[in-house]
Amino acid sequence: MITDIKLSYYPGCTLKTKARNLEEAALGALTALGIEYQELERWNCCGAVFSLADDDLIHHLAPVRNLIRAAQQGSDTIVTLCSQCYNVLSRANQLVREDETKRKTLNDFMTEEPDYNGEVEVTHLLQLLRDRVGWETLRSKVKRPLDGLKVATFYGCTLIRPESVAINGPSPEIFEEFLRALGAEPVPFSAAQECCGSYQSVANPDAASDRAAKVLRSVQASGADALVLSCPLCEYNLGTRQGEILERIEDAVPIPSFYFTQLLAVALGLEPELCHLELNGEAALKLLKAREYIAAAPA
Amino acid sequence: MGVLAEAVETKMISVYIMGKKYEVPETLTIMKAMEYAGYQFIRGCGCRGGVCGACSTVYRKEGDYKIYSGLACQTVVEPGMHLTQLPFFPALRAIYEYDRIEATAEAIHQLYPELFRCVACNACTKICPMDVEVLDYVSALKRGDIAAAAEISFDCIQCGLCSSRCFGEIPQYHIAQLARRLWGGKIKPASPHLTAMVEDIDAGKYDDMLAKLLSMDAEQLKTAYTEREMEPAMADETWKPSNTDGLLE
Repeated sequence: MITDIKLSYYPGCTLKTKARNLEEAALGALTALGIEYQELERWNCCGAVFSLADDDLIHHLAPVRNLIRAAQQGSDTIVTLCSQCYNVLSRANQLVREDETKRKTLNDFMTEEPDYNGEVEVTHLLQLLRDRVGWETLRSKVKRPLDGLKVATFYGCTLIRPESVAINGPSPEIFEEFLRALGAEPVPFSAAQECCGSYQSVANPDAASDRAAKVLRSVQASGADALVLSCPLCEYNLGTRQGEILERIEDAVPIPSFYFTQLLAVALGLEPELCHLELNGEAALKLLKAREYIAAAPA
Repeated sequence: MGVLAEAVETKMISVYIMGKKYEVPETLTIMKAMEYAGYQFIRGCGCRGGVCGACSTVYRKEGDYKIYSGLACQTVVEPGMHLTQLPFFPALRAIYEYDRIEATAEAIHQLYPELFRCVACNACTKICPMDVEVLDYVSALKRGDIAAAAEISFDCIQCGLCSSRCFGEIPQYHIAQLARRLWGGKIKPASPHLTAMVEDIDAGKYDDMLAKLLSMDAEQLKTAYTEREMEPAMADETWKPSNTDGLLE
């Protein structure tokens, strides 16, 4: 049991609606791994995008307020699952720690909150698994190894950019190492760190589809059985919208896409219901059943 | 000067109403002080009992940069207060057919897409005269937690001050009202007591009692009122009146 950390879990809005398959599988896995955590009692949107304008402090209030909530809850670490939330929270935390003037302005604006000086650590679940569980221990807890599953691990942008918050800083293959611990075989593909199309899918879907097609073409060429990712927006562009995007690719076949937490839960032998595979599209469930990673007949 | 005014000496204090200085008795509420100064309220004055929210107002204090809020009918004036009265603050309510919308995050987001303009500045919470954690329910609505939004916004009096201060120009209180409607009518289990009560009323159970009341003259009504049986202050949930004719079976 890991009980020496005061760990807050920050869900993020999408995980409570469209990306329940990212959240519930993860929480089941945390419990199975004996990691104690407390979901933040009060939280707001992370801010969704880290504001880059130098004088635009108002958009840093959302992430910093969440970090204050974690501190108020007595936590020293906040863990997130969504790449986007991770990116915004960790960059805001960095800004508070490194820029004294902006920190003071933010604290002075939020007179109703206690001052925040960067006391809380922001971590992504992959980092938590690496640093607090360890790949060897994780491997030992796997009940249904994902033997023979070739996976394309999609980092996208926000897990690894900018470098100062990159989750693969000290271990460039963190995502691959995670999947190896589950028994899967990561296969390299050239677009692993490309943009999925991001928010362009709202205002300029054509441009987003071009980006997504580039990624899917690369996955297909790699010979991977499945795509694994950590971000609801990437999943929307590469999973939910995959049907229309594949029309742009010659001889395209559907590529099942999973959140990394779903494969974690499956490998740990947890109830498949936790994975909400119904939100992933048919190909995902079919693949897991065909390979007998989960029981063929639904419970 | 009447007899009463001579008997009670009231101290006068200076306040500023829309920038102009007035001397008003220190015991008055903001609403009474403005009426004392000659303003007349036709709207934006509501119940005068601190319940309805119609008289929510903003003020400042001498030597303090902060904006304060309160109900004008409940907040007592202080020396040097800067006052005005906001009869209304415009905010649009989305039109929907209650029977046809689903109690989902998507339904709320479709009706009020401006919800996502929130930057978590918390100005809404700071201005709320009812101490509702407005940002918390806005955040709950963004993630589709209708139950939490309904619970957190329960004390809202629909005064609209949150909307007046919103960086994202969101009509928070209208969205919260939608959340409570969806929560109460479509998510929470229906109350069997309510259904039974409505059936009793429809069946005419209370018609005779009402007719009896209507037939009373003023004196009889006063007597019935003063002699009514009241639930003792410390009664528990098993307490019943001696006459149980009006209760559900």
